[in-house]
Amino acid sequence: MKQEYIITAYSENHIGLLNRITIIFTRRKVNIESLTVSESALKGISKFTIVVNEEKEKVVNIVKQIDKQIEVLKAFYYTNDEMIFQEIALYKVPTTALMESDQIEKLIRKHNARILEITHEYTVIEKTGHKEETQELFEGLNSFGVLQFIRSGRVAITRSPIERLSEFLKERDSLFEKMEAKKMM
Amino acid sequence: MTSLTNDNIIDQEPDEITGSEAVCRSLIAEGVDTIFGYPGGAIMPVYDALHDHHHHLKHVLTRHEQGAVHAAQGYARVSGKVGVCLATSGPGATNLITGIADALIDSTPLVCITGQVTSGLLGTDAFQESDVIGITMPVTKWNYQITSAEEIPEAISRAFYIAASGRPGPVVLDITKDAQFAKVKYSYAKCIKIRSYVPEYPADKLLIKKAADLINNAKKPFVLYGQGVMLSGGEKELINFLEKTGIPAAGTLLGLSAIPTDHPLNMGMLGMHGNYGPNIKTNECDVLIAVGMRFDDRVTGSTSTYAKQAKVIHIEIDPAEIDKNVKTEVALIGDAKHTLRLLSKLVAEKQYPEWVAEFQAAEDIENIKVVNDDLSPRKPGLTMAEVVRMVSDLTDNKAIVITDVGQNQMAAARYSKFVDSRSWVTSGGLGTMGFGLPAAMGAKFGSPDREVVLFTGDGGMQMTIQELGTIAQEKLAVKIVILNNHFLGMVRQWQELFFEKRYSFTEILSPDFVKVADAYGIPGSAVHNRNELEGAMKKMIDHDGPYLLEVMIEKEDNIFPMVPAGKSVSQIILSADELN
Repeated sequence: MKQEYIITAYSENHIGLLNRITIIFTRRKVNIESLTVSESALKGISKFTIVVNEEKEKVVNIVKQIDKQIEVLKAFYYTNDEMIFQEIALYKVPTTALMESDQIEKLIRKHNARILEITHEYTVIEKTGHKEETQELFEGLNSFGVLQFIRSGRVAITRSPIERLSEFLKERDSLFEKMEAKKMM
Repeated sequence: MTSLTNDNIIDQEPDEITGSEAVCRSLIAEGVDTIFGYPGGAIMPVYDALHDHHHHLKHVLTRHEQGAVHAAQGYARVSGKVGVCLATSGPGATNLITGIADALIDSTPLVCITGQVTSGLLGTDAFQESDVIGITMPVTKWNYQITSAEEIPEAISRAFYIAASGRPGPVVLDITKDAQFAKVKYSYAKCIKIRSYVPEYPADKLLIKKAADLINNAKKPFVLYGQGVMLSGGEKELINFLEKTGIPAAGTLLGLSAIPTDHPLNMGMLGMHGNYGPNIKTNECDVLIAVGMRFDDRVTGSTSTYAKQAKVIHIEIDPAEIDKNVKTEVALIGDAKHTLRLLSKLVAEKQYPEWVAEFQAAEDIENIKVVNDDLSPRKPGLTMAEVVRMVSDLTDNKAIVITDVGQNQMAAARYSKFVDSRSWVTSGGLGTMGFGLPAAMGAKFGSPDREVVLFTGDGGMQMTIQELGTIAQEKLAVKIVILNNHFLGMVRQWQELFFEKRYSFTEILSPDFVKVADAYGIPGSAVHNRNELEGAMKKMIDHDGPYLLEVMIEKEDNIFPMVPAGKSVSQIILSADELN
């Protein structure tokens, strides 16, 4: 059964790695619903957050293929309920619409959104949340005419207390030590 | 490494050398002795540097870059070393792609160095510019573009480490022309570790115990061995394991020659045109022990009916292969040699005479229905099988056998006999026609003291026939056997069996191959009748130098047994009559 999975991968910050990772999906005709890449808490290590709607078996194989890339430190996969995740959306509406009634103001309050910038012509509103939430606000605002709208890829954090990467890097160090010891024998 | 100390050029090391000089020295430092390549604009500085190093780096000028990469594959497969090839930018690099893809799917260690346009011209559609990093990304284990001379030594050391370690594979280094010209303060350190890359995981003792328990309690265990046995150097460990446990074994196409053909526990070959017993017994065994193989679809047939009754133990170095095609009961991640050694300590000494007899009974059936007629035909037309077996007989099973792809390949796989490991080079995963001739060339460079015999078809021969030029120039003693049935035989076989004999574009006109060889100064002869075969074959084997033997084969012969595509291994057929 297909469902949403969040794939995360930690990698060296190297040119071309994004391509190497995305072609793993392309080759299997799996669509990427959203993709975010940025530097992780550790300098020089990038974190990929990729959302797909797929069957578990396929996701497991894809994660193994990502993991196999030379410059990938480690890849994981999660279901939505194993992570806390957010997306951010920006909406541009005509300022006149804001002046004419209090409907937009009510929407902003109800959705816990905030205003980033107001000019004579337009107002930019920001909302973070799950896709359904940012979409709901879009539909509300669109009755007043949304001039521009953009939604980010997903960012996500696990529910476990510490970042799995630090755990993992420790394990890897001891693994390398073991391998060295084996070679010495 | 030895060449470093007694090399005058290297002793007088100047403070700064060019990037291309650094390429040559780094290759020598990695122990490279042979390079297959083809020059061109963007790689000229490296070729210029090679001119000073030809005593240490033998460069073989192929007639096409595809020839270079297949030769590097053949070299790597027989020698166990990393194959190296060199090409220019643009078309030079794109001509390598087929061989790189072939090396990836067949786990062959290669370092392919390509020239690239000057870094300032990248992305401008410059003359002979192509996006080599982008194009090779899906078919390499790793690739990297070098745009400054400083990066060269480290990139090369990483390339060799990555290509050869873990599950081996091809690496591409794309070096811009300005980086080849630029000066660098050269020093070389071998790569021993990359923090994001674990080539090999340590054995899990608990899982090995679990696997041993399964094996010790099995009634009908069966071992499948693949190329991983040879890649890990675990041939002896496999034989020890088999002899201790008494378990019968069969090889994948790429696993051939890992253990001697005539070993009493070797039951033959798996897969679509493999032996009858190994295929049907796969679906009758209770514990299936897969060693260094990846359950390719040509081995498994339909996976939904594959070994469902068996508990599967998978010994495999690449974690991504576990549960990819066939679900396992116990996955032992690690190299075959080390894992088998540990496993052998925990397994009981046993014999399975009744179970082994079942394989022998299946073999008897195959002999009656297929093999006897293939090897001692009752009809006048020559069979591929008798030609192949004659090479084994005349070389005491000691030749390195190279094949092209198709019927010639399957006949060679079924009827060649081996005593030594790494005696078999074929394009398995990719099934690349045209692989044979250049791979045979590379194999002869990789193992110059051994007899190297190529079996190719009239179709595949014409795909890379230009490499006769390289063989002639190098006076390379490759023995070329063309099994000519005037058809693209395997496709024709499928047309006969599955497309109502509609022979759509499979009849192929060939030149007089003996005359073509003669034009290159390569001696040869053609055999039309059975009574000429042995004499001609002996002449070929006794000849000191390259030789081409064209054998006219029965036009419409088929390879059997066969597991029809998408069918279960237990639905293997022994003749066309069984299809209906």
